[in-house]
Amino acid sequence: MKLNTPIDKEKLKKLKSGDELFISGVIYTARDSAHKLLIEKINNNLPLPFDLNGAVIYYAGPSPTKPGNVVGSIGPTTSYRMDKYTPDILKQGVAILIGKGLRGLLVKESLIEHSAIYCAALGGAGALMGSKIKKITVVAFPELGPEAIFKLEVEDFPVIVVNDLNGNDIYECH
Amino acid sequence: MKKISYNKIINSIRDSIIEINCVPSSELLNKYVSAIENEDNELSKKVLRNLKENAIIAQENMIPICQDTGTAVVFLNIGTEVVIEGGYINEAIFEGVRLGYQEGYLRKSIVGNPISRINTGDNLPPIIHTNILKGDIFNIIILAKGAGSENMSALKMMSPSDGLEGIKNFVVQTVKNAGANPCPPITVGVGIGSNFEGVALLAKRALIKDILDIPVDNSITAIETDIKNKLNSLNIGPQGFGGKTSVFDVAILMEPCHIASLPVAININCHVIRHKKIIF
Repeated sequence: MKLNTPIDKEKLKKLKSGDELFISGVIYTARDSAHKLLIEKINNNLPLPFDLNGAVIYYAGPSPTKPGNVVGSIGPTTSYRMDKYTPDILKQGVAILIGKGLRGLLVKESLIEHSAIYCAALGGAGALMGSKIKKITVVAFPELGPEAIFKLEVEDFPVIVVNDLNGNDIYECH
Repeated sequence: MKKISYNKIINSIRDSIIEINCVPSSELLNKYVSAIENEDNELSKKVLRNLKENAIIAQENMIPICQDTGTAVVFLNIGTEVVIEGGYINEAIFEGVRLGYQEGYLRKSIVGNPISRINTGDNLPPIIHTNILKGDIFNIIILAKGAGSENMSALKMMSPSDGLEGIKNFVVQTVKNAGANPCPPITVGVGIGSNFEGVALLAKRALIKDILDIPVDNSITAIETDIKNKLNSLNIGPQGFGGKTSVFDVAILMEPCHIASLPVAININCHVIRHKKIIF
């Protein structure tokens, strides 16, 4: 299935755990430190660096871009480290989370409650994932280096659905 | 006396850091190929084909195979009859690592303080293990060690009565708990014996056993094979989506230990195996 951003959550209902999904449009990176800062902003009612409603968040920190290239390597980081922050992020309307590895029970319940899904990108395949990116720009927290929030313009960015809206989980079905 | 220049060490480390991060070894490519042939289900095959394609894209463009270009771990093996001309060896290692991460456009993934977590900006410091040897032997082994797999590693001070079965169960449980997190197919380095700090280092060295010139011990090979078979029957599979290839290899290193102890450490590496021995 193909989806464009911002994501219409109605369309997520058709997706099943194990399905391949190709995302086009804009996705935002955020990993450990960026999550901590985002949550601080949310808790203090401060403006957020991007619209989280219908957004796609990719747990990733790229390697630097070589001169002449579009982007460096940019595969997913392990998702469980973001579990503590995820329910509060989902409350803001985020539609798709992308990372790798199993999520905790609270995250799974929160995904269903907010009609959002969690997908996996290929771990350790940062060069391949980078080839689906058309443009990269820093939108927040540049002081964090690779942990800054980057805006990625993507075309047919390939992911696999892990947690669908019916509570299925590809990591636990075998 | 063997004389080696300070600058030669810097350049060798810099070049090796870039090479191991961007150029897949033929051994790694062969592991992908064998695993693709060995898998039955189409998703596992596809995942492995993509991992192989990724490694080739990285090499063609000289960009990192994985964006986590790791902590630089350095094993310095130096004989007493080696002289470094023009500078102090640890400074040469630091400078080689700094230049490699900068000039290779590798990710800087080190924070200076684990609580305040400000990035050092140059991937320094590396972790250096020094071994002083007899004669004029001089080699440096360098690893780029990613954190996704490092985080899934474990150490347990077991009881002697736990024995070999206890050790095997600990490895299986650790790999099962790790699931998809360390980017399988993984390599599992197992240290057995020594003491608390020694066993962790043994497990790290086990990850590079293939380049350590250790004589084959058939009894250890049998244990490695048995554990590997057990792990590959867990059905974790490439990227945790199920399949026969959860691990590429299991490597064990053992050392003597105290009568009261059975230290066991498990160090996990992701599918992107990145290490090299530089011989001077």
